[in-house]
Amino acid sequence: MIYILNLANGLMIGAFYVLMALGLSLILNLSNVINFAHGGFLALGGYVAYTLSPFVGFWVALLLSPLIVAILGIVIERTMIRRLYGRDPLYSLLLTFGLAFILEDGARWWWGASGIPFTVPTFLSQPLSESFFFITRYRLFMVLMVVLVVGALFLFLRYTRVGVRIRAGTLDLDTVSSLGVNVRALRTFNFGLGIFLAAFSGVLASGQISLEPTMGAPLVMPSFVAIIVGGVGSLTGTLLGGLLIGVAAAITTVFWPSASEAVIYVMMAAVLLVRPRGLMGEEGMLS
Amino acid sequence: MIAQALPRNWPKLAAIWAVLLLAPYWMPLIGGYTALGTNVLVFGLAAMALNFLLGFTGVLSFGHAAYFGLGAYGAGLILKYVYSSTLLALAAGVALGTVAGALLGALIVRRRGVYFAMCTIAFGQVFYYIAFQWSSFTGGDDGLRPFQRAPISLGPWTVDILSNQIAFYYFVLACFAVGVAAMAFLLRSPFGRTLLAIRENERRARFLGIPIERHIWLAFTVSCCFISLAGAMNGLVNNFANPRMLDYNQSGQIVIMAVLGGMRSFWGPLVGAAVFVTLQDYLSSQTQNWQSFLGMVFVLSVLFFPRGILGIRLSMASLKSGWAQLASLLGSPRKDAA
Repeated sequence: MIYILNLANGLMIGAFYVLMALGLSLILNLSNVINFAHGGFLALGGYVAYTLSPFVGFWVALLLSPLIVAILGIVIERTMIRRLYGRDPLYSLLLTFGLAFILEDGARWWWGASGIPFTVPTFLSQPLSESFFFITRYRLFMVLMVVLVVGALFLFLRYTRVGVRIRAGTLDLDTVSSLGVNVRALRTFNFGLGIFLAAFSGVLASGQISLEPTMGAPLVMPSFVAIIVGGVGSLTGTLLGGLLIGVAAAITTVFWPSASEAVIYVMMAAVLLVRPRGLMGEEGMLS
Repeated sequence: MIAQALPRNWPKLAAIWAVLLLAPYWMPLIGGYTALGTNVLVFGLAAMALNFLLGFTGVLSFGHAAYFGLGAYGAGLILKYVYSSTLLALAAGVALGTVAGALLGALIVRRRGVYFAMCTIAFGQVFYYIAFQWSSFTGGDDGLRPFQRAPISLGPWTVDILSNQIAFYYFVLACFAVGVAAMAFLLRSPFGRTLLAIRENERRARFLGIPIERHIWLAFTVSCCFISLAGAMNGLVNNFANPRMLDYNQSGQIVIMAVLGGMRSFWGPLVGAAVFVTLQDYLSSQTQNWQSFLGMVFVLSVLFFPRGILGIRLSMASLKSGWAQLASLLGSPRKDAA
């Protein structure tokens, strides 16, 4: 029983990592940028939803907040990150690293350092049933939302013109560019999409854990690991990697709680040792 | 002839060492204090060690704080549990950081670019979690304490580096000098020249038959060795080690020191560390929002000074040579094309 419980728990956490990691992965694949500020955008998504929800309600805030944060992301991409494309990845890494500091401190300055509870609609906060008291409806709702968003993302990437271009750009951006696609606009849109996913996961997370300026930081690292385990360059791999490490961490909690954070890194080491390109990664991607 | 035995840039070297040797005497005059100078040396060595990899091999590690922190924990654990000897503590810290670096380096050395950077970040966090969770041994979130550095006995004399700040500064300076000299020696050796070749054109170096992976792995390990020396010294400075020394925020700060100073220059990271450590010290005493200012330092230096402080001077030199070329084009033909 405890294994099934933890498996379910792990899948829920994993689903959450997936949402974060997919956003990171999109940006990494097309722009070759490791977005350290992802956690900052996540927290910002939560805070903006918290500020909006008294006026527009939870459901509108759930979509409106990620849109607002994505627009901020697009502004940042156009004014700063764009200048660094084609340069050593070191520079974009340092830039987003600095942005993470600024976003975190900005949230602290505006909303305060102490945690703020974010209230979700009452019917979501109730437990599922008497016997499944440990699973709140909100958790199921989170998983459902992740499934919906991830499904929509994969359909978008598969069946729309822009989506196909994003996937093609992952493989060979030069060719895509020489076929007449406006790569600059594509990258900007793609960055906004990644930030949207970050902010959306921020809104979802803030219903579960309280809002804090640093709430994104502990979630960024597992997302990195999810990308590496799944294989850089493959979104399906990222999806698989996120679920896998979520489950691994949750199962480890059963018999060795204090190792639950370290176990995902052990997994990553094992994957790199046995299959250096990751579970579903292409050989030679980004290297 | 003595002049021939001296390196070409000896006036610059003499000036640098004079500034460092006299620091406890001139720093108070401009509002500094000795402990600040000690910190600059420690982080300067850390940034120079990272730059061995970043600037001279052209490989980006964003997880070097792990080996920095392991140095501090290695030193601290020896002093706390085993034996009260400063030198033994330093040796243990360096050994711990170097071995960990060699093992993890072997795992990731085949990756390149962003992928390499991501692997270093992620692996760096392992040690953070170990230090954080294993509280019975490492002190967990509260950090490793209590331990303190021990006086150094030099035959008949004993140097009290515990309470005498200036004596401790010179002890750190001596360690710094050993580390820096070793790195300079390695960079001048055929091994160091090979690293430069890999940085400039990896494919060409591979065609020349250079085993790239082995060289990058060695450079990674060497870099971890020196950064763990810096970390062990940092443990001794504070008589304290905490998990946050190991995490990626610390890594980012060390990288920005190297970039801020100028990563194509041997001494650049020391300048960057001096600027960064002083700025951090000043800002955190002046404003609560020092994190934002720190973030601004990152953003502005990346956008406007990508070649660092010493890089600005470098571009002045290229400006001059450009001017000379322009002048020679516009007439005033020179006899020799020297």
